[in-house]
Amino acid sequence: MGCENIEFDQGWGEMEKGIEKLKRILAGEKETPFTSREYMTLYTTIYNMCNQKAPHDYSEQLYDKYKKTLDEYITSIVLPSLKDKHDEFMLRELVERWLNHKIMVKWLTRFFHYLDRYFIIQKSVPALNEVGTTCFLNLVYEDVHPTIQDIVLSLIDKEREGDQIDRALLKNALEIFVEMGLGQMNRYQDDFEARFLQETTNYYSRKASKWIEEDSCPDYLLKSEECLKKEVDRVSSYLHSSSETKLIKKVQHELLVVYVNQLLEKEDSGIKVLFRDDKVDDLSRTYRVYNKISQGLDLVANVFKQHVTIEGTAFVQQAEEATSNQASNTPGGHEQVLVKNILELHDNYMTYLNSCFQNHNLFQKALKEAFEVFCNKTVNGSPSAEILASFADHILRKGGSEKLSDEVIEETLEKVVKLLQYVIDKDVFAEFYRKKLARRLLFDRGTNDDHERSILSKLKQQFGAPLTSKMEGMVTDVVLAKEHQSSFQEYLRNNPDVHPGLDFTVTVLTTGFWPSYKWFDLSLPSEMVKCVKVFKGFYETKTKHRKLTWIFSLGTSHINGKFEPKPIELIVSTHQAAVLLLFNASERLSYSEIVAQLNLAHDDLIRLLHTLSCAKYKILNKEPSSKSISQSDSFKFNPNFTDKMRRIKVPLPPVDERKKVIEDVDKDRPYAIDAAIVRIMKSRKVITHQQLISETIEQLSRMFKPNIKAIKKRIEDLITRDYIERDRDNSHMFRYLA
Amino acid sequence: MMRRSACASKKTGQPNSTNPISCSPSDLFRTASSKASSKEMERIDNLFYSFANRSSGMIDPEGIESLCSDMEVDHTDVRILMLAWKMKAEKQGYFNLEEWRRGLKALRVDTVSKLRKALPELEKEVRRPSNFVDFYSYSFCYCLTEEKQKSIDIESICQLLDLVLGSQFRAQVDYFIEYLKIQSDYKVINLDQWMGFFRFCNEISFPDLSNYDPDLAWPLVLDNFVEWMQAKQS
Repeated sequence: MGCENIEFDQGWGEMEKGIEKLKRILAGEKETPFTSREYMTLYTTIYNMCNQKAPHDYSEQLYDKYKKTLDEYITSIVLPSLKDKHDEFMLRELVERWLNHKIMVKWLTRFFHYLDRYFIIQKSVPALNEVGTTCFLNLVYEDVHPTIQDIVLSLIDKEREGDQIDRALLKNALEIFVEMGLGQMNRYQDDFEARFLQETTNYYSRKASKWIEEDSCPDYLLKSEECLKKEVDRVSSYLHSSSETKLIKKVQHELLVVYVNQLLEKEDSGIKVLFRDDKVDDLSRTYRVYNKISQGLDLVANVFKQHVTIEGTAFVQQAEEATSNQASNTPGGHEQVLVKNILELHDNYMTYLNSCFQNHNLFQKALKEAFEVFCNKTVNGSPSAEILASFADHILRKGGSEKLSDEVIEETLEKVVKLLQYVIDKDVFAEFYRKKLARRLLFDRGTNDDHERSILSKLKQQFGAPLTSKMEGMVTDVVLAKEHQSSFQEYLRNNPDVHPGLDFTVTVLTTGFWPSYKWFDLSLPSEMVKCVKVFKGFYETKTKHRKLTWIFSLGTSHINGKFEPKPIELIVSTHQAAVLLLFNASERLSYSEIVAQLNLAHDDLIRLLHTLSCAKYKILNKEPSSKSISQSDSFKFNPNFTDKMRRIKVPLPPVDERKKVIEDVDKDRPYAIDAAIVRIMKSRKVITHQQLISETIEQLSRMFKPNIKAIKKRIEDLITRDYIERDRDNSHMFRYLA
Repeated sequence: MMRRSACASKKTGQPNSTNPISCSPSDLFRTASSKASSKEMERIDNLFYSFANRSSGMIDPEGIESLCSDMEVDHTDVRILMLAWKMKAEKQGYFNLEEWRRGLKALRVDTVSKLRKALPELEKEVRRPSNFVDFYSYSFCYCLTEEKQKSIDIESICQLLDLVLGSQFRAQVDYFIEYLKIQSDYKVINLDQWMGFFRFCNEISFPDLSNYDPDLAWPLVLDNFVEWMQAKQS
């Protein structure tokens, strides 16, 4: 290389030699590869031509020539080769031509490299590589890409239908789309992906509509899982990775979202059947498959919730129908069965929750909401809170009729406490429970203290002390009463002259813990009067500041009836005893005489006399011997009364306490709401109406659910009583008044 | 829980402001105008005594009636209530000297005829939005006649509503009165509910009630009223 300028034509002539050689190599003709020297010559030619002083600085022309070379090559060689090809052959040809083109560009770029270093920067024109791609893009790609798209899509469709295709070919073809974007994905997306996704949607939509009719739920899910696997595989084999998310979403939508309800609610194979047949694998698959779909689990949880609700409600329905079909003299038999069924239902679905649904909180919530639906139904007038309390009562009465073991009892009580969380009116439950507890403690001999305390502590743990404090007091009272009894016995031993001559025990109850009982001003038989007096004397030695009120209606008396056939011991209430003992003094008494002597109200007396003369045991004879008591009747001791047993219990008719319990609870609720509001206001000082309402509901939720109107009423009342005031400037804010 | 109610403390006779006539250093700097003002005060006082009850030293209901007939205004007219407000009178049916002085001085009147002529201006002043809320709450408190009384019975409330709000919100007042008379949940209305109704008239579109939201902090009595209206309209 001398210092002489190279003329353009001369220089270009050198380049052309190299270019022709390159073309020959690409055409597969026998040619030696470029040697270092050859390459250097070509490179230096360019270098020199660009570094000559103007007007011999040929950078621009060379740049143009570079482009022209490529254009020419494409036009003369590439395009004709594609013209008459179709389908896969066209694809193959295109891929090959593109590969060739890239090689050509690579080599030419090497030769013309000097331009890349200075010229393109100076003139802000595209780099040689880019020019190379753009030539191909403009002359080839723009022309053929629709056809290529068609071919690719039909191959994919073929593969979906089960045929084998040349995946490598597809991969290469699709790479062209990507590379044509010159760094952006827009050509791939616009010229291929958009339609690909659309056709995928159509494809799976068709398949889904067919499969949903023909396949069982488990089979459909299996197929769906398979399809999704295949599509993921497709992406990794030849699609661009950016397509994966969009593709999977579309497939999931068509297969699993569109038909979700139809699928899971299939009559013969849907969720309810899977549960029925304990198909743990299929249920787990359902979870697994839907877990991958955004908000997919919501759909499944919803079906799950409805299923559980239906099952639970069916049990409630059963109980309702069974009881109304039968005479209501077996109290609560069907309700017992109902609770058992619901407990079992709960156990079952908790197991599924863990084994199939990964204890996911959506399913926990669904289960909770389902149970809340049917655990708050009234069955034959009995609110669910009462049914549950009766169930617990039944278990605690000496282990229930089935004589359950201690362990089973504990377990069952634990489950009852769990079930209570779904019952809204917990305060109603507490009141029924308290009433029944009172009867157990006072009348049921052999109550198990441990069980009683155990369930109370479980209740306290779950729902707080307010629910159980009174009941705990009741249990303690009874324990203390036993202690008192021994001191009383000692007192009697030490003071033999005051001994009343009868065996008697007194249970002292703390007012406030126990349900309130009606107090009767009963005139006691003289024997009992003595007992009462003696105990009062004893009690005063223990405490001076307490007042005793005697509730004889809760007492039990054992009376020896000297009947002619044989003597029988009668176990009766104190009130019944008072009636019977009158007949020690008189053989015959009229109703009015009895009333006068005992000082009882008519309703109560009629009930008592009924149990003694018209019911199962006719200890007294009534004149006239009609079925019911009237105020003109008279009574006589029945000397001929007998029974096969030597000792009988003469029961009192059961009192329906339901109305009173509900009334009492309703009366107390406003006070509870007041207390909650005041507590909240005291700690917050200032609060918005919305927050006050929601916090009040939250605070009271362990006992019951107050409605907004009730809370508003209490707010109004508390404003009147100057506990709180409305803010002057902000009518929706309240302020605590200390 | 003892608290001063929104109504100024009453019945204990504690004055809220000092008597402008009591001796003060300013006496030493009396000008001609203050001489004139003391003349005016004399006339005001004399007018007071012309209506006041001899033994109690206050204008009692009889005196007020007499004043009203002199002004040719019915004693149940709302303007009398407005006058009481201007005086900041504490006890319904009575004006004491201090209150009388306060009111008449503020109105700049010292005769009955001047007082009568001042009534339209007074009404305008009261009806200005900035004053009306105060007047509205005053009118409730003014009717609390018993010691520790916090609420007013339904019958009286209905009359008061009509008197105070009737001209401004005729439809709302009429319907609300109708409702109050037939419902049985409330035997009395408290101040909060009273003020709530005024807010209701100002904020809620009537009679469609379309922007009423029972989940907001409206007093329950208004929730019930709206429910009743909606049931009526369907």
